[in-house]
Amino acid sequence: MNSPAIYGARKPADPDPVVTFDGVRVGFDEGDVLRGVSFRVLPRETLVFLGETGTGKTLTLKLAAGLLHPSMGRVRVLDHEVSVMAERELLEFRRQIGFVFQEGALFDSMTVADNVAYRLREDRVDEDEIDRRVREILAFVELDHVLYQLPSELSGGMRRRVSIARALVNRPQIVLYDSPTAGLDPITAQTIITLILRLRDTYGVTALLATHRLQDGFALANFRFDPKAKRVVREAPAAMQPGAGGSEPVTRFLVYREGRIYFEGSPEEIATTRDAYLKRFLV
Amino acid sequence: MADTPLQVAAHEAKPVEQLSMVLVLTDAFKSFLAHIQDYSLMAARSVGNLATGPRYFQDVLDQMDDIGVGSLPIVLMSGFFIGAVMVLQTGSQFVRFGQTALTGDIVSLALVRELGPTLTGILVAGRSASGIASELGSMLVTEQVDAMRAMGTDPSRKLVTPRVVAGILMLPLLTALNDFVGLLGGCVASVFSLRLGAVEFWTRAINALDFPDLMQGMMKPLVYGFILATVGCYQGLNVRGGTQGVGRATTQAVVVSNVMIIAADVFLTKIALYLGDKLF
Repeated sequence: MNSPAIYGARKPADPDPVVTFDGVRVGFDEGDVLRGVSFRVLPRETLVFLGETGTGKTLTLKLAAGLLHPSMGRVRVLDHEVSVMAERELLEFRRQIGFVFQEGALFDSMTVADNVAYRLREDRVDEDEIDRRVREILAFVELDHVLYQLPSELSGGMRRRVSIARALVNRPQIVLYDSPTAGLDPITAQTIITLILRLRDTYGVTALLATHRLQDGFALANFRFDPKAKRVVREAPAAMQPGAGGSEPVTRFLVYREGRIYFEGSPEEIATTRDAYLKRFLV
Repeated sequence: MADTPLQVAAHEAKPVEQLSMVLVLTDAFKSFLAHIQDYSLMAARSVGNLATGPRYFQDVLDQMDDIGVGSLPIVLMSGFFIGAVMVLQTGSQFVRFGQTALTGDIVSLALVRELGPTLTGILVAGRSASGIASELGSMLVTEQVDAMRAMGTDPSRKLVTPRVVAGILMLPLLTALNDFVGLLGGCVASVFSLRLGAVEFWTRAINALDFPDLMQGMMKPLVYGFILATVGCYQGLNVRGGTQGVGRATTQAVVVSNVMIIAADVFLTKIALYLGDKLF
């Protein structure tokens, strides 16, 4: 089942995409991992990448961040031609995006506060301002009590939350999440997803999220965080659909299979699918 | 692609084993050249980074503390015993000619020109090149290096340049201390073993040294510091194969930096002797 690309059906009035992949191929010695991938992500959208291990989900995120260059094709992010930019230009560009790595990738020789403050210190922000923003963002992820602990002293879930705080500290427009719930127990995984929901609905960031857990995507599609009530509420699914209009965040799914996009569509489409391969993710 | 009988015959005529061996050797040579190229680029960049910002002074100080202060115990202890054993070995020969007073001259020259810098280089390479490789290798496999890049920091500036600068600045200082405690060890050994006076030993040891000897002794550690830091960084940032790869990189860092230090010693000695003759 190869559903038509959703963005192909968009109205002309749609805003410009913030992320565009156009015929992207990536190959290593073992062969091509991505074989001509094209998609677009609009502002405030959340695109959930699903796929088995080794199908290129992490690779896609790294391409979007310019950490890797494609063998062929174009990658355009926030009006930057990431696929052709030199490393020096990319370093500047990457300050506009946040990247949450699979295992957190926290600097293990630095405290939690120093990890979160890292980017601000690079930008020579005033120390008082750094302190204020670090405390604010750590309070957002409910970890303002572990400021001076080392990452090795934290649990897996806490490390992911610190990693999210570090990615958010300079208020990026796009956040790339690489399997943020992998290896976590269901309750901790739910905490992380709730945090991503709060982030999306409080700051309105665009997100690309790689996961192998379909329920992560459904949670993002079916719930929203109400900043006034300060709690997560169930959202009417119709409002979350592409083309529904308004400023509501949209969640879409993109399933990889053998280096190609096997499915691209809404949560409802994947939930009601009869396709045998997609059903494997629904179990 | 064998379209004609001639082509088929030509293919069959070639022994497959021989071809594969040639291929293996060619690939190995290409891979070796690629390593040399990548290492040279990384080493050149580590120095070139100093010309433009951002610069990480705090990281340089941290690395100076790690490479310099951290290596003090092994350098001082080894230096003391090397000086002592040199005196015992050379003294035992001079005793036969009744020239034990010359021990100070020989030990001083050997320590300052050769043993001091080279042994310091090898000792610090064993400690710091391995440490750098394992630290950077671990950062690489846990995606900390990618995280750094994702946050807009150039790992070459943040990780490599401070280590290279610290290596270059610290090795001459460690060598000077190694030379001093080596002579101290030699003095102790000569007093207790050869019954030489301490003042006589020191006077002869210091008088034996000329400026070219000191120049040679201080020029070499600059290069050794550069070698051990760049090799450590290169091995660490080119780890393949997870934690096992970190172990391999650590071993490789020590082996390669030691071989490079000893090989560089030959050329540096020749250059220093030539300059010593021409300039002084």
